[in-house]
Amino acid sequence: MPKSDDPYTLLGVSRTASADEIRKAYRKLAKELHPDLNPGDKSVEDQFKNVSQAYHLLSDAEQRARFDRGEIDASGQETPQQQYYRHYADSDRGRRYDSSAGFRDFEGTSDIFADLFGHGAEGAGRVHARGQDVLYRLAVPFLDAVNGTKQHLNLPDGSSIELTIPKGSRDGTMLRLRGKGRPGLGEGPPGDALVELSIQPHPYFTRDGDDLVLELPITLDEAALGAKVEVPSATGRLRVTVPKGSTTGDVLRLRGKGVAKAGGGHGDQRVVLKVVMPDEVDKDLAEFLEKWRKTHAYNPRAAL
Amino acid sequence: MFSEAEVVTVIETISLHELRGWVHAGWVAPAQSEEGPVFDELDVARVRLVQQLRRDLAVPEDAVPLVLSLLDQVHGLRRELRTLTQAVDAQPAPVRTDICSAYQALLRNRNI
Repeated sequence: MPKSDDPYTLLGVSRTASADEIRKAYRKLAKELHPDLNPGDKSVEDQFKNVSQAYHLLSDAEQRARFDRGEIDASGQETPQQQYYRHYADSDRGRRYDSSAGFRDFEGTSDIFADLFGHGAEGAGRVHARGQDVLYRLAVPFLDAVNGTKQHLNLPDGSSIELTIPKGSRDGTMLRLRGKGRPGLGEGPPGDALVELSIQPHPYFTRDGDDLVLELPITLDEAALGAKVEVPSATGRLRVTVPKGSTTGDVLRLRGKGVAKAGGGHGDQRVVLKVVMPDEVDKDLAEFLEKWRKTHAYNPRAAL
Repeated sequence: MFSEAEVVTVIETISLHELRGWVHAGWVAPAQSEEGPVFDELDVARVRLVQQLRRDLAVPEDAVPLVLSLLDQVHGLRRELRTLTQAVDAQPAPVRTDICSAYQALLRNRNI
């Protein structure tokens, strides 16, 4: 084992250090080396990992004793690789937590910043800037998104806003609430709250553009003889006619029973039929089919 | 996506009470659903960061917003700097050269 792997050396404490001394030494190093406190420095990550591992070994009295007796090595147990916050913060969606407070005043002194961010300073020395936008995500049940609804959004400060979810909202729709973001700088107006809708899946409906799609199980006799059956729709149950001689995969199109279109009107609901056999093929059915097929053979696989 | 209960299970050393306190304080901002808050990976990583600040680094509760605010500013700055750099990179070579010399001239003047 290289000397630098020795947990006592890593933490810079003696072999007789008390638990308190070890904790203090670790905290001092952790404050210097924590990767999230050094977002741009890749080299600290390994150092921090080693120091953490050393601390976790020595802070556990039993582990420390076993290490001192030479029963386990300094690596102890391998902990799973941690993804630090900076990894996510640097990605695109990390923008949600970003703050522009570190450079907002540049707009007052630099023409290029004013051009880039589009809010120039008014008057020398006084900086007015629009507050930051805040992004929220709201989970919306499938049918509420189809029919439109009102839903409450609780803000972190404890207040609550009533949001109108428009009819036909799609996954990822962004709603903008003017002035509900962070307060502005100086006399600048507050930012906006942006609410991204996350539409939850439905147990039996799916959405295809402006159409609602539903798979409808029907019985053998309903398929053969035709029937009137109840079908769930976005607005309640409807009675529809299954034509005589229907088969699995046939589609009944219910005009205008789909999702509201952006420019007015509605899509359709498509009902995809699925013929389901009875749980058990009983004697009556078997006898009938035995007799029937002798004179009525057909081959649905002729084209294969 | 993680519920509150799942976050508490994944990050063993945090209690539901603490997690709710942090969300209430605005340190972590999960999405909301009818069944309560929903945390994505970014939110979970941030919960883990707060927990390390509190437990491992012994940062006092009232200093956490300060640390988070500074970190969010650093990340905001990093993103802007990265974007600005990409914008400069996209310029024709003579423009890039001009920007580099102007930049170095400014640095030299400051060092006097």
